[in-house]
Amino acid sequence: MKQNPWKKDFPQINNQLHYFDSAATSLKPISVIEEVDFYNEKLSSNINRGMYYESQKATELYEEARQSVAKFINADLNEVVFTRGTTSSLNMVARSYGLNHLKTGDEILTSELEHHSSILPWQYVAHKTGAKIKYIPLTDSGRITLEAFEASINDKTKAVVINHVSNVMGHIAPIKEIVALAHEYGAIVVVDGAQAVQHIHVDMKALDADFYAFSGHKMLGPTGIGILYGKSYLLDEMEPLEYGGDMALDVMKQQFTWKESPTKFEAGTMPIASAIGLKAAVEYLQKAGLDNIHKYTKELYNYLMDKLKDIKDIDLYNKNSDTFIFTFNLKNVPSHDAITFFSEKHIALRAGQHCAKLIHDFLGINSSLRGTIYLYNTYEDVDLFIDTLKEAIDYFKKLGF
Amino acid sequence: MSNLDHLYREIIMEHYKNPRNQGLVENQDYKSNRIKNPSCGDDITIQVLVEDGIVKDVKQEATGCSISVASASVLTELVIGKPVEEAKKIVDTYLNMVTNKEFDESVDLEEAAVFSGVKKFPARIKCASIAWVAFKDSLE
Repeated sequence: MKQNPWKKDFPQINNQLHYFDSAATSLKPISVIEEVDFYNEKLSSNINRGMYYESQKATELYEEARQSVAKFINADLNEVVFTRGTTSSLNMVARSYGLNHLKTGDEILTSELEHHSSILPWQYVAHKTGAKIKYIPLTDSGRITLEAFEASINDKTKAVVINHVSNVMGHIAPIKEIVALAHEYGAIVVVDGAQAVQHIHVDMKALDADFYAFSGHKMLGPTGIGILYGKSYLLDEMEPLEYGGDMALDVMKQQFTWKESPTKFEAGTMPIASAIGLKAAVEYLQKAGLDNIHKYTKELYNYLMDKLKDIKDIDLYNKNSDTFIFTFNLKNVPSHDAITFFSEKHIALRAGQHCAKLIHDFLGINSSLRGTIYLYNTYEDVDLFIDTLKEAIDYFKKLGF
Repeated sequence: MSNLDHLYREIIMEHYKNPRNQGLVENQDYKSNRIKNPSCGDDITIQVLVEDGIVKDVKQEATGCSISVASASVLTELVIGKPVEEAKKIVDTYLNMVTNKEFDESVDLEEAAVFSGVKKFPARIKCASIAWVAFKDSLE
């Protein structure tokens, strides 16, 4: 059995927890926890305001976090906006850009693979502006292809709202090619990268997407911090959604002006501890190496798929997941019944619709179980999962499901 | 018996496989209440006919896990024919039981008592409660 070099760094994993829910949120390595603790214990001061050491230091670390994120995704500093998470980032684009640029007759092109945080803000935009939402037809295995995209886009398309990696299927969409084609039609592309950055190299200059959103907590960082990448000319013309402290340049009795991006989008006291923790998460991923993580998790995923081949009484919806998400159901067993069995064995999966109802409709199912293989998973985890799966199948069969 | 065996009692499985009073009616006299839980996919509609202060009839249509489907079925059998005030008391007692709060043990929950196993599974309390909450709302 291959030794896992990373598991020891994750204190949340004790002998009991077998964590397959990384697509919901990842565990956090000790280095991230220590950074967050360092801020809280030693600094605990606001940024961009205080003239004393603790505030200066906090400001420095907060901006270093932005630098490390910018480097991680190959973006310029003023293009990296800190938000609460992917949901906030995507809502910001829809409300600040979408509401001000779309009009009746325009089309928003998206897919049934989208997470609700990607599609709902644009449904709102469509509702408010009279634009129409159109869906790129998926392949039978639930993939977005360039061919289907090409057949769906037209001169009316003004925004393409699309995931880089599906949170249910784990498929990687051909974003770079989609962006290039969308730009030929004059449409902007908003990418939900929440499930991508922790698995694959994401390069803003190479992808050329107009907006790209992701969360800290799915890439080993703390909750409460996310990123909106936006091309600087777009961020420059966008209005902030929140007005308040620190975003204003000058304040007069009847009006005010605001600072440049990203500061104009970061009103009020930001989640400073989480941003500083995110920096440690980026550093952890860089040190571990996304390629090494990919190689290890792919082997473990193949091991799992090999074992699943012999198990008849399940429906597996994504046999070739690009990012090692496995979504399935026990035949005739509702997902919430099945998951209780796994939970009793301290196996953490997700049951339900995973905030992606449309793909469940597409698959013709009400809900599903979802597992994710990530860097801290081990062959022992997979063996226990397989044994438990077999036991669960027998258990529910005997009950009469 | 393991916690899981306490949850999946025979009565629950029996109601899951043969839900009682299933199927909705098109009758304006029935008060209808639909509750969906988008995080898990449960979709439950309860229809209630009250006449002269008595719960005359209850219909249910439930999609979801065994616990939510069975609890909707058990509910209908338990409350049909009961005065509204008594039905409310039964529902409150049941909801207190499944949420692991103190509850009036003198109230006879009949078959619904088997759902006491749910309290060991905080994540499933919602499953066992949806139909009952929908019914309670219909009486308000």
